Amino acid sequence: METPSFALPFIIGLLFIISFLIVVTIIWIAGLSKIDKIRIWKNMPTRKTGEALAETFMESLLHRKIFRKNPVLGYMHTSLAFGWFLLIVVGHIETALHYRTLSFPIWKSIFFRYAEQTPPAGFESKFFAASMDFLLLIVLSGVMLAYYKRIHKSLFGMKRTTRLKVGDRISLTALWLIFPLRLAAESVSANLYHNGSFLTQSAGNLLASFVPVQQMEMPLWWAYSCALGVFFLTMPVSRYMHIPVEVLLIFLRKYGIRLKKNVNTYTRVQVFSCSRCGICLDSCQMNHANIRNTQSVYVLKQIRGRRLSDEQLFNCLLCGRCQNDCPVGLDLNNLRITQRIESTMEYNSQYDYLKSDCMPKPVSTEVIYFAGCMTHLTPAIIKSMRALFEMAGVSYWFMDEDKTACCGRPLMQAGQYQAAQKLVDHNREKIQASGAKTLVVSCPICYKVFNEDYSLPGIRVVHHSEYLLELMADKRLPIHKLPLRAVYHDPCELGRGSGIYHQPRLLLDEYANLIPVRNEKEKAWCCGGSLANIKIQMSERDQIRQKAMEEYLSYGPDVLVTACPLCKKTFAKDRNLPVHDLSEVVYMAIRQKSTGNTSEDPGKKEVNYEQIFFPRITS
Amino acid sequence: MAVKNFGFAAIKPRTIDFEQFDGRLLSEILELEPSFKVCLSCGGCTATCSAGNLVSFNIRQLNLLLRRGETVGLENEIKKCMLCGKCMLVCPRGINIRNVIMLIKKSVAKSHSLKR
Ligand code: SF4
Ligand code: SF4
Ligand code: SF4
Ligand code: SF4
Repeated sequence: METPSFALPFIIGLLFIISFLIVVTIIWIAGLSKIDKIRIWKNMPTRKTGEALAETFMESLLHRKIFRKNPVLGYMHTSLAFGWFLLIVVGHIETALHYRTLSFPIWKSIFFRYAEQTPPAGFESKFFAASMDFLLLIVLSGVMLAYYKRIHKSLFGMKRTTRLKVGDRISLTALWLIFPLRLAAESVSANLYHNGSFLTQSAGNLLASFVPVQQMEMPLWWAYSCALGVFFLTMPVSRYMHIPVEVLLIFLRKYGIRLKKNVNTYTRVQVFSCSRCGICLDSCQMNHANIRNTQSVYVLKQIRGRRLSDEQLFNCLLCGRCQNDCPVGLDLNNLRITQRIESTMEYNSQYDYLKSDCMPKPVSTEVIYFAGCMTHLTPAIIKSMRALFEMAGVSYWFMDEDKTACCGRPLMQAGQYQAAQKLVDHNREKIQASGAKTLVVSCPICYKVFNEDYSLPGIRVVHHSEYLLELMADKRLPIHKLPLRAVYHDPCELGRGSGIYHQPRLLLDEYANLIPVRNEKEKAWCCGGSLANIKIQMSERDQIRQKAMEEYLSYGPDVLVTACPLCKKTFAKDRNLPVHDLSEVVYMAIRQKSTGNTSEDPGKKEVNYEQIFFPRITS
Repeated sequence: MAVKNFGFAAIKPRTIDFEQFDGRLLSEILELEPSFKVCLSCGGCTATCSAGNLVSFNIRQLNLLLRRGETVGLENEIKKCMLCGKCMLVCPRGINIRNVIMLIKKSVAKSHSLKR
């Protein structure tokens, strides 16, 4: 049979998209740094390639992560992606078996029910016809869910979906039409040539009872082919570009390519991999303050269209909740920071004053304590830490007791890496000159930057929650459990930012009764105080805090415990629940023990929060 | 001479000279950071400022100079801020001072690149 003319739109579209993808892949890979290219080359013949293939299968086709998030949404994505994939694969097998050859023109397998007008004879053909019908049914159910999701959302105003651009709209329409048109075209052919199976044959017979199928055959095949062609042609300007680009992302990521401190082609790969699934919209607490245009999906869209405004870019807490939920695994925090670096490139400060002689000189020591700017606003933490160091007999140098530079992390979050580097260099020199082996930090913001951006060989950086746990395990701090129900709030920079979830909990559980909550660890709320947001108003921060507090209050705790001075300060504005840092709880518990004021004390059966934390007022 | 002996020095009058008043930066900032409108010049920010602890740097004064339209020299001063965020936490009016600082920096950088 000659190539039917209706196959033309499909063939043109397919040729276009394949050549387009080859060209952009070459451009993107060529744009990577030399080291990255060597990395790809070196890793290609290793098992990483196999792992990337497996990941492509699990994520791009089966969408395992979306399933975990929401089964219905997962089914919608899987039925469309994996169903379509199987339709293509099984269709090819069917065609190959039918013609007993592997070289057949591609249109024959795509338009098989038109190309092969004989009814399926024998078990093999019947089996394939039925399988193809079954797969089509699965894909159609996914398409139906997609229709329903759109209508349902706008009907009930549940969530804002991204406003569609022209390209997206055409592409979406084409995608939505492909499978219903395929069903219609195949049904009509099935009625004419009796080559369908349970779905197409019965639909075809039904259609034939009230429409003239003979005249409809060609227009339907044309429409189906056009829908395919249009989908391929508009793919580069639509969000469906994520389908092929995500595969590239998975491979590059497996080969060890990471985002840099400047925008490069890997940034583009990440941006184009966003499927605009909208899962990050639900994760984002900016919703609680009614800020609805700065979430990652919108920012990525603006980066792609090169229309990002500072107001959008900087109005984000960098809490990392969206990154944690993103099914594509995009590096959303770093993507945003890279954009901030580009945006503020022209005005980095020099901080020449740090070179003057008025700065305190380093002291020779084993252990350094660095409280951090934020901790200086919560003197109770400093007081507790001083007392605990003394109890454990640790001699230390309080590095920022009076004058020091900031750690540099807030500048980095604002994109001012060059400026931050000046502070980093200054502090690092002092830390190294002291000869210390351990650097104890009270603020998770400082902790993250000391750990990741200061290269401090031979020096262990620990957050005070880890350090106190070690002291306790070494029996240098006594244990005493307070009869208080405590909820632990994970600070963003310590939890999602640095992966420290267990040490604070282990410690807290020795000194109070830790109660688990729903949104904790990776899913923990941000307190709303994050320094990374330069734009948010104080009243909006309050709204975010209140929502988080509401959940904590529902567990009826006596005290909210955190491990970050900024979280403490933020939550302390709420008058409904006392908030303390972990170090304060440990210190108060030990002090309670030494004053003999315990619950086992026969005279005093019940010890409550006030008696522990404010003994002078209550006694 | 007599004045000097009492420990006072002659200071320049601080009335606003409207000939010199340059409100462009101020209006730009008020538009993008409206919270700055309610600054009461209490000085809380300066008292806690990390940079002010190390070098002569008075963020409250800079806020005031900006409001008075005296933008000459603002640029070199504002660079001293380390963006640590303490000022924001102590401000009784909840003013987002760091945004004011970043906006000044950006605006100055922009006008420089225009001149070039
Ligand atoms: S950033 Fe991730 S979670 Fe958000 S829309 Fe894109 S793919 Fe989905
Ligand atoms: S990092 Fe946090 S605040 Fe920023 S977009 Fe993601 S969830 Fe929202
Ligand atoms: S603390 Fe706030 S109100 Fe007081 S001077 Fe500073 S910015 Fe103005
Ligand atoms: S953010 Fe800048 S102005 Fe504010 S306290 Fe820190 S150094 Fe001072």
